[in-house]
Amino acid sequence: MTQPFRAPSGGSVRGDRPIRFTFDGRGFDGFEGDTLASALLAHGVHLIGRSFKYHRPRGIMSAGSEEPNALVTVDRGGGRVTPNLRATTVELYEGLIARTQNAWPSVRFDLGAVAGFAAPLLGAGFYYKTFMWPASFWKRIYEPAIRAAAGLGRAPAAADPDRYLHRYAHCEVLVIGAGPAGLAAAKAAQGRVILCDEQAEAGGSLLSRLETTIDGVPAAAWIASGLEDRVTVLTRTTAFGWYPGNTIALAQRVTDHLARPDPGLPRERLWLVRAKRVVIATGAIERPQVFPGNDRPGIMLAGAAETYLHRYGVLPGHKMVVSTAHDRAWFTAFALARAGVTIAGILDQRQAVVEALLNQARDAGIPVWTGARVVGTGGRRRVRFVETEGGPAVIPCDSVLMSDGWTPSVHLFSQSRGKLRFDPDSGVFLPGVSAAEEQSAGACAGEFDLAACLAAGHRAGGGSTRTFSVAHEPRFGAPSRPSPAQPHAKAFVDFQNDVTTKDLAIAASEGFRAIEHVKRYTTAGMATDQGKTGNLNALATVAQLTGLTIPDIGLTTFRPPYTPVTFGTLAGTSRGDLFDPVRRTPIHDRDAVFEDVGTWKRAHYFPQRGETMHEAVARECRAVRGDLGLFDASTLGKIEVVGPDAAAFLNRLYPGDFTSLAPGRCKYSILLGEDGFIRDDGVIARVAPDRFHVTTTTGGAASVLHHMEDYLQTEFASLRVWLTSTTEQWAVIALQGPRAAEALAPFLDDIDLTTMPHMSVREGHFAGVPVRLFRVSFSGELGFELNLPADFGRPAWDLLRETGATRYGTETMHVLRAEKGFFVAGQETDGTVIPDDLGLGWTIARRKPDFVGKRSLARPDMRREDRWQLVGLLTADPAVVLEEGARVTGADRESLGHVTSAYRSATLGRSIALALVAAGRGRIGTTVRVPMPGGDVTATVTSPVFHDPSGARMTAAIERLPGRVTRNLVSRPATVPTVQPSTEVAMTLVPAMRRFNVRTGVNLAPPLRAAGHTALWLGPDEFLVLDDKPPPIQADSLVDVSHRTTGIRLEGPRAAWCVNAFCALDLGDFPMDACARTLFGKAEIVLWRRGETEFHIETARSYLPYVWACLEEARREFLPAAAPR
Amino acid sequence: MLLIPCPWCGPRPELEFHHGGEAHIARPEDPSALSGTEWAAFLYHRGNPKGSHAERWRHQHGCGRFFNCVRDTVTDRIVVTYKPDEKRPA
Repeated sequence: MTQPFRAPSGGSVRGDRPIRFTFDGRGFDGFEGDTLASALLAHGVHLIGRSFKYHRPRGIMSAGSEEPNALVTVDRGGGRVTPNLRATTVELYEGLIARTQNAWPSVRFDLGAVAGFAAPLLGAGFYYKTFMWPASFWKRIYEPAIRAAAGLGRAPAAADPDRYLHRYAHCEVLVIGAGPAGLAAAKAAQGRVILCDEQAEAGGSLLSRLETTIDGVPAAAWIASGLEDRVTVLTRTTAFGWYPGNTIALAQRVTDHLARPDPGLPRERLWLVRAKRVVIATGAIERPQVFPGNDRPGIMLAGAAETYLHRYGVLPGHKMVVSTAHDRAWFTAFALARAGVTIAGILDQRQAVVEALLNQARDAGIPVWTGARVVGTGGRRRVRFVETEGGPAVIPCDSVLMSDGWTPSVHLFSQSRGKLRFDPDSGVFLPGVSAAEEQSAGACAGEFDLAACLAAGHRAGGGSTRTFSVAHEPRFGAPSRPSPAQPHAKAFVDFQNDVTTKDLAIAASEGFRAIEHVKRYTTAGMATDQGKTGNLNALATVAQLTGLTIPDIGLTTFRPPYTPVTFGTLAGTSRGDLFDPVRRTPIHDRDAVFEDVGTWKRAHYFPQRGETMHEAVARECRAVRGDLGLFDASTLGKIEVVGPDAAAFLNRLYPGDFTSLAPGRCKYSILLGEDGFIRDDGVIARVAPDRFHVTTTTGGAASVLHHMEDYLQTEFASLRVWLTSTTEQWAVIALQGPRAAEALAPFLDDIDLTTMPHMSVREGHFAGVPVRLFRVSFSGELGFELNLPADFGRPAWDLLRETGATRYGTETMHVLRAEKGFFVAGQETDGTVIPDDLGLGWTIARRKPDFVGKRSLARPDMRREDRWQLVGLLTADPAVVLEEGARVTGADRESLGHVTSAYRSATLGRSIALALVAAGRGRIGTTVRVPMPGGDVTATVTSPVFHDPSGARMTAAIERLPGRVTRNLVSRPATVPTVQPSTEVAMTLVPAMRRFNVRTGVNLAPPLRAAGHTALWLGPDEFLVLDDKPPPIQADSLVDVSHRTTGIRLEGPRAAWCVNAFCALDLGDFPMDACARTLFGKAEIVLWRRGETEFHIETARSYLPYVWACLEEARREFLPAAAPR
Repeated sequence: MLLIPCPWCGPRPELEFHHGGEAHIARPEDPSALSGTEWAAFLYHRGNPKGSHAERWRHQHGCGRFFNCVRDTVTDRIVVTYKPDEKRPA
């Protein structure tokens, strides 16, 4: 296939490597190195799409990411459809399939183009004015119709099958933009340097400067010299966002340019780079001229034409008109003329042009008109002629090159909170006062001379002042200032959103002045290109229309992203199974139906064959009340409170009295905030005089520890007490029901249950395994909770099933506790409930002089008679179950409160509910009405305790018990799937070992490894000791946490890279044997560097599958290509 | 993402930290001696300055320590961090 517009020579595309692709179903060929735009232009294809509003034919205006017109959809197959890609940045690969957008039936014959005839009706704000009546039509008819007619590409419906990764990186200098200034900066910079550029290769404008030499070296060779090794060069990588702390977000497109990418590679990678210093070298964007009909296919920016000629060897046309107001475009005309293009004329708006240019044009036989401009164009699907003022009435042509000057790309500088200044000489905004550690260099700072750009870049990169000798570079004057344009319905300012100078005039005539208002009224600058080419033209035009200056009108805010970023890149691995860690208990009995409780999977109920949930729950409830139930309570929060002042600390923190609590006994307590409202609750056991085992709710585990640490570190800092989270150390099994003691006793090696009253605790052994045994009950029956080292949780569960106990889940647990009137934090409480509201005033040791929340409980409002109080509700119809959250109303339909819990109770053979009702305890026996979707339901107010009000069942004495049975449990540690070996980065699970959490008031600085143990520093008084036996350290608090975490070993040259895919630490500043508690994605870990290329990661056991799977994702690109991925 | 200098661990990423409200608000020695108005002021009244603000942070996912931090609420720049028992630097 011939390419009629491919120049006979020139360009860096590989003419010996043809590539086939299709565009709207038609086959084409291009060359390796082409973009979709350059390949289509080589075939003379200029018509690429239809415009957003008027469906006007549109072509290719630029050669870069600023392109407003040439938007296409690329289909990579298998659901990989990406709309709104700029053809100018889509790199060609074998088999590429691209389609036009917003045109039907085809881009050549688009029925939507009738919108062009309606254009007079569709000006700025038309939908506010035209579709006013009737109001109800807006949502149903007008808006859907407008949305269907307008728009760009369609979002794909299928799930995105590609993978995306994130990566944290650190460097001394980040250089954004690999043009001349950026390259000079990167070469001068010291330390770790990252250089990124949105294009496929570094070089920027140098790629089009074929003859220029720098310090005697041809520009093309100068680009790569001096970058090797030292500088991380990221091409196809857009710096799209600037965030606090000199954190720059980069979107790296890894595989989209490849026909058959390695499936181990992510499609895109989000880099979060923290740079000590940033050099912004983002260059400048050429401005189109604003004249009627300036949007026709074939009309292009002059600099873009030069790029197509020099980089791709493509001629945008054979007969061109050049329209400009500054010198630079003249050189473009000369270069194209040398390549064989007929230049039908240069129109320069200036009256006077330097003699040298006029002479060169004359020598090249190019007609020139100064003081001349284009005032109209013609041609249906491509420009065929221009109409001029100051030149011939009509000049026939097949393309027009326009240039109104250059706008510095100050987007990132502005995002960094730097203050822009308006430069009256050049008529553009330039970087003013910096707010971050950055420096702009080159064209983005208003410098357009090559030698000066190189010198500025060199200085910005950290180099000393020096000059660069540049030769064979054309000399040209400063770019022109933005020129205002006359209102005209077809003179486009914002091409992508179809905004014309007439729309701006409408806005001005209706009183809009501030550019932010004009922008929103006309939508100028609001399309996917964010007005990169159009904004300054809009400003200049509005300034002229309103008689104001550009600084008066202001500038719209630059926001991330600089260019569109895929959702996949932003999400990274945080989707599907890795969106959140999925935490399973050590027991995780798969016979259950699970429910999500926070990030935990908890057994909801255990259905037997054919049972509905209600049937299963009713059976489970009856089993607990009448026989024996088995429940996995491992998710309960647990905190070990150790130290001589442990009781004093709890006394200040909780309302109860802990100094009088004897070792071996438990106390139920509520936790209050300083405002007196209930935060959490749990059972607190005194295991030893200086050691308490505190339990919290499942959801409250982290916040209660945080609350405790807050008071301990800041208010009660003199107390000698230390806290250790043991939530994951223990698996917890609740054994509840009349048969509990009888079933449990045979497996207890050294605990006599007959000595255990209700609310007591013992330490001993269960089937050969250490156990912390509580006699507590959340069901109202005789019950125990076994705390076992987590690896023994599942074996113990299986052993206890042999007793014939019925497994039950959280739903049954909730029904049982509601029958007893036990509240659940977050269900009965909402941050406004105090203990007395729940009838729990008895838990408060009122004689204590102070505890957290006491002063607030003394406020008059806390003693009001009409506070909402917890009561029971029994519906008149026992079959009706109230809705949780339903309002409780009185005789006059006044609101009295709301229903907090409602269940079917198998025990009572009817429905029950708990409610918070104003002065509720005084209303017991009265009737209330509860509005429900089917009408009011009548209910009687009762005590919240429906079952065994005296508590005799759970406090019953334990007498005769069966004899002991010898059983020995075998531990079942956490496991992970086997992994592919890799020499780049190997991953293994560290074998089980003993671990101790050591807290010490003495600031201990032990050698990390001594006498066979390793002490990992976690904080100023906290160490994690990995050892076989308790460490020889003088510890104030020593807690065995052997089962709490699991170790992962990561080894190989890519180990640090994989860690940095999820961890934000600077591993370049993390020496051998350094360790830190930190975050890895959404999991907390302890990271320990064991060698240059070896890391040990400690992760809580429930987070192990998440951390493991994340590391697998990070490793995939380093697996041998032959291995299954 | 801010880089916050923990007084014990050095500069660490913002992700690891948890904000803890205004600093230097000590819990009264004897809350029961306070009037309702005084207690309300302790519980709820906080400064909201434009500019330098002393606030508490906790290195939640690091060393676990609370510390104080002077941050400029306009520029989001951290001026200084210091241990909880230390006075606010001038």
